[in-house]
Amino acid sequence: MSALTELEHLDGSEAGFGPEPIEGRSPWRLAWDRLRRDRVAIGAASVIVLIALMAILAPLIAHLAGHGPDAQDFEHGLSPEGLPRGPNGNHLLGTDDLGRDVLVRVAYGAQTSLLAGVAVSFLAVSVGVLIGLAAGYFGGAADTFLSRFMDVILSFPFLLFAIALVSIVGPSLGVAIGVIAFFSWASVGRIVRGQTLSIKEKEYVEAARSLGAGDLRIMFVDILPNLLAPVLVYLTLLIPAAIAFEATLSFLGLGVVPPTPTWGNMIADALKYYQVAWWFLLAPGAALLVTTLSFNLLGDSVRDALDPRGERLFRRR
Amino acid sequence: MTRFLVRRVLLGLVVLWALVSVVFVMFFVAPHDVARLIAGRQASPDTVAAVKRRLGLDRPVLDQYGTYLGHLVKGNLGYSFYNSSSVRSLIWARVPVTFSLAIGGAVLWLLIGVASGVIAATRPRSWRDRAVTVFALVFYSMPAFLLGVIFLYFLFFRLHLAGITFFPGSGYVALSANPLAWAQHLLLPWLTIALVTAATYSRLTRAAMLDVLGEDYIRTARAKGLRERRVVYRHALRSALTPVVTQFGIDLGTLLGGVIIVENIFGLPGLGQLAVLSVTQQDQPVIIGTVVLASACIVVANIAVDACYALLDSRVRVH
Repeated sequence: MSALTELEHLDGSEAGFGPEPIEGRSPWRLAWDRLRRDRVAIGAASVIVLIALMAILAPLIAHLAGHGPDAQDFEHGLSPEGLPRGPNGNHLLGTDDLGRDVLVRVAYGAQTSLLAGVAVSFLAVSVGVLIGLAAGYFGGAADTFLSRFMDVILSFPFLLFAIALVSIVGPSLGVAIGVIAFFSWASVGRIVRGQTLSIKEKEYVEAARSLGAGDLRIMFVDILPNLLAPVLVYLTLLIPAAIAFEATLSFLGLGVVPPTPTWGNMIADALKYYQVAWWFLLAPGAALLVTTLSFNLLGDSVRDALDPRGERLFRRR
Repeated sequence: MTRFLVRRVLLGLVVLWALVSVVFVMFFVAPHDVARLIAGRQASPDTVAAVKRRLGLDRPVLDQYGTYLGHLVKGNLGYSFYNSSSVRSLIWARVPVTFSLAIGGAVLWLLIGVASGVIAATRPRSWRDRAVTVFALVFYSMPAFLLGVIFLYFLFFRLHLAGITFFPGSGYVALSANPLAWAQHLLLPWLTIALVTAATYSRLTRAAMLDVLGEDYIRTARAKGLRERRVVYRHALRSALTPVVTQFGIDLGTLLGGVIIVENIFGLPGLGQLAVLSVTQQDQPVIIGTVVLASACIVVANIAVDACYALLDSRVRVH
């Protein structure tokens, strides 16, 4: 399939006749080209862009809808019995139990989810890379200690520890991000350690050392760039996991504090009214699922683009 | 094998000690005033001081640490601030619920995961393979609490509206009281835990099976004239299970997380519900008790998983 498109490209009109001049393409360029041709990746990325736009433009959506995220509409928002109202002209996706606009709140919820997902991933990946690199490069006692430490963290009953921690410091978005990152970096650390172990035996590392390069230079200039591919894959796959984790904490009332809307605490509220107000449950639930699904699909495609021979989680040509 | 187990148990004890110490630091050393928290926001300084003395919080940290470890070893978890009953009895009453939930969920997730992985691997690229893949992707992306809520909506609420009352929406019936009702009440919670995690196992099994099925000894087994069923299940699956067992050890924490979520959605009176409840009630001894107990369970289960691993793959025992 891909070979065929290559051929067509060579025959393409803009090339005229004769072979094009040979052009060197870096591995990153090759990966980018593969990713661009992957229709699922493009689809997933477009959905993610739409959700990001929704998050960024949330104030605009609120302005157009005429209701703020926390504004209670006592006039049209609640039925005479005081129950949420279904989708209608005033509220496109209906209202919640307090007469607030569900669409506006879902849009604001996207801000929290994306912020949590991205912040956690960058935090976890930075820590994971540093510690994994140190463990793999220095080896010996440092490696034993750091590896055991990562094993312990990985076997932590993390949700329970998160709950316990939140009980002490109190729930907030910052705490949630910190807690999730703390329990996520170890898996990145393990991968990086494994890769470092094999890369540090390569000839170019030895060459650098014989030229007099110090440990730090070898770690960050010679080894780190070769780790970026698996790290990038992990980064994209950590985002949906972190989003789901934040939603879970908020769902249990241990993440972002109301009235700030998040998909997790909206679903928790909606659970009390699911028998009368399906829209209240559907909107944040669908937003959450579509987001995690898109990130997972994109992550899978990124993995495939960077390492075409490697194992894909979900698809196989 | 004995040496392997002894070393594994010792390591487990070290991990347990580390976890217990983390809990101690979190609750007693971290810069926040436990006594104030317990005494309440409006307590007078005298009350706070009294609480401090009663809990021994005015003593040196190492001294407190010793008492704390001593109490734990004796199984004394203290008393609930909320209703003064002993933490041990509170926890003990809820253990059966959580165990039923965790064991049933884990069995179901392994069954679903491995079976769907084998189905996908024996006919790669068929419609069955594709269907398994799509389901795996959706459930993999689904947070457990969302699946629970979806089940509650469709299988409990909508079916009840339609007159089918097979799935109860909440509650727990003891196994000893009525085994059938026990399973019926736990079916949706089990499925929630199982489906969310089974996706990873389905993918793992599929990949491992595809690798193994290409090996020479499988061709030999087929050439000997063994039936395909026997080749797949006896010869291939056995070695394909190794990564599955490894992953299972890693996922025990996830299992516990799933249990906490599912108990809170389906109103099951287990340890997870107790944990969340005691956080909202600021009931520190109960939180500490559940965290310590859960850590101990995970350490023990990890040792069991490693023992299974060693039985499956003799190379492990050498290291």
